[in-house]
Amino acid sequence: MQLMSTIQSAKTAPALLELSAGNWRLAVLVGLVVSALAVVALPASGSFWVVGAMSALVAAAFAVNAYRRRYYGGLLVAPAIAVLFVMNIFPLLWSLGLSFFAYQSNLQSIRFVGLNNYIKVLTDEVAAPANWNALINTAMFAVCTVSVQMIVGFLLAMLFAKQFPLRKYLLILVLTPMMLSVVASGVFFTYYYDPTFGILSYVINSLAGGQFIVMDSKAGAVAGIVFADAWMWSPFVMLLVLAGLVSVPRYLYEAAAIDRVSAWRRFWSITFPYIRGLLMLALLFRTIEAFKLADLVIVLTKGGNDTMTISYHLIRIANEQNKTSEGAAISYIILFIVIVLTNLYLYVANPKNREA
Amino acid sequence: MTDRVSFWERIGFRSVGGIAEAGWGRTLVVAVVSFIYFLPVLFIIFTAIKPQGLALSVPPTLSPTSFFGLIPDQFVFTPTLDNFASVFSRVMTAGGQPESTGFDRFFFNSIVIASASVLLALVIGTLAAYGFSRYPLKGNDTYLFIILTTRMLPAIVVIIPVILMFRAVGLSGSYLGIIMLYTAFNLAFTVWMMKSFFDELSTDVEDAARIDGSSEIKVFFKICLPQVIAGLAATFVFGLILTWNEFLFALLLTGPDTRTVPVAMNQAVSSGGRGTDWTLLAAIETLFLVPIFLATFFLQDHLLRGVTFGTVRK
Repeated sequence: MQLMSTIQSAKTAPALLELSAGNWRLAVLVGLVVSALAVVALPASGSFWVVGAMSALVAAAFAVNAYRRRYYGGLLVAPAIAVLFVMNIFPLLWSLGLSFFAYQSNLQSIRFVGLNNYIKVLTDEVAAPANWNALINTAMFAVCTVSVQMIVGFLLAMLFAKQFPLRKYLLILVLTPMMLSVVASGVFFTYYYDPTFGILSYVINSLAGGQFIVMDSKAGAVAGIVFADAWMWSPFVMLLVLAGLVSVPRYLYEAAAIDRVSAWRRFWSITFPYIRGLLMLALLFRTIEAFKLADLVIVLTKGGNDTMTISYHLIRIANEQNKTSEGAAISYIILFIVIVLTNLYLYVANPKNREA
Repeated sequence: MTDRVSFWERIGFRSVGGIAEAGWGRTLVVAVVSFIYFLPVLFIIFTAIKPQGLALSVPPTLSPTSFFGLIPDQFVFTPTLDNFASVFSRVMTAGGQPESTGFDRFFFNSIVIASASVLLALVIGTLAAYGFSRYPLKGNDTYLFIILTTRMLPAIVVIIPVILMFRAVGLSGSYLGIIMLYTAFNLAFTVWMMKSFFDELSTDVEDAARIDGSSEIKVFFKICLPQVIAGLAATFVFGLILTWNEFLFALLLTGPDTRTVPVAMNQAVSSGGRGTDWTLLAAIETLFLVPIFLATFFLQDHLLRGVTFGTVRK
């Protein structure tokens, strides 16, 4: 019996591939419908296998079709798209599905609840305050650390914007913090901040005269985390801004020197237009990364002193408390915020919109 | 190069070149600033060469030399290399209990996971970049943008389903799972960076080879690939910087056998509290930093292009 079905499936698979390669738009449609049915009707692990098989079939059909029609471009791109689909896009779709169900990863029951998860995480008397608090903390962290990074990164870039002796060697010194792992620097910042033997506390103590514990209050803890994060990632902003500064053609400055344009004016009308786009890109990346701020918090405060961020909160809810679908709902709310922010940035960065 | 206006030009990027010269005065100013910026790293490196007992001393010991009398003698210690030796010989305690695996295992894991995923991303991503560059599809910009958004997505949004998915297929705690995940995360950078390298090649030689009857595969391997070797190396290093130190996914998706160094470091510290062996940790971090530091130093100029996704051409 087992043998028979194996033989049959070995025969039907190429035929199925043949059929779907010919009508691959139809194959995508069938794949989507079967996947949607599987997600609704089967428990999570079962639906994974069905959706996985469907997407593999559709990808194979696409590849066969592309090869026959000599779409080499499609063939070359297909593996990358397949990997991204399996590891990024499919998980995202799956969690979108899960956010409409009541599901806990430690229980097998699954039940459709529509938008209830979203309503619960935003308005529930028990669950919502912690979520809102984490979200507000994240926003605060994002504003503080991104603005510090932009300023420090910009100033560093101005320093490195000219060619001077030993430039290459000095640049690598500034780039090193970015290469340290968050854990490595985070762990050592706990060492610097330590009230008894920490170097930073030692300096503050000997200056102020009294005992000062950096991580003891919310303001101190926030400042400590922002300081460490900004120190690590300002070099990233610097690299982007530097790329812009280096690309400004010299003859513009020479012309400005002849016309005796003031330094301020020179910056606004020559330099700034060249780095505006890259500044926006830096701002965009750093803001998105700020939503990820969890590792430093885990290492430095473990969420103590009201420094819980949304990422860390989400990990706790989904991984430690097993409230999977609530976590999925929260992550989609974050995704929504990030998409809105991204589009806002792109809108502002677009010169056409700016001139209008 | 196509003469259509690209997405990046539309949002305000332009590509031109030029850099002014400055003298030793600038060097002096930048040296002071860079040194201050580098101090926390320097402290880690100095801690790594401190003798065991001195890590927690008050007043803190700062430096192995007095820097020509700049640092008072009470802050100076005699350097030692013992800590580096003990990274690979000692048994670390994690979770309060003695553990049989040392950091040699975690270093091995880090090397395997990071290099395998970056190499995989490089192979898949280079093919895709070549495809995007030479055989533009309908809606090319859209595909490229979709690939970029997978990098822009905050990782936490993907974390929950990935954890579930890995549990469902039994991949959590395995090498394969974490390698595949990192591969996906490196792909976006790889495709964008390699595309910018391929775009800069002149297609004349390729066309000549095609006329002489070379197959498409031969054109790719014999003509295009040798010209972008430096680009491949830079992309490899860039992926390595991103992957080598990744913490969050490693924390959630590696098991005791596949734990990477950052995760092991965190566990060693969070379990120990005051008992943390700081000199040993500093030695681990220093060792962990060395390969990435050297690689970055030698490929600096190419890396700049990776950070900016090739939007600024020099």
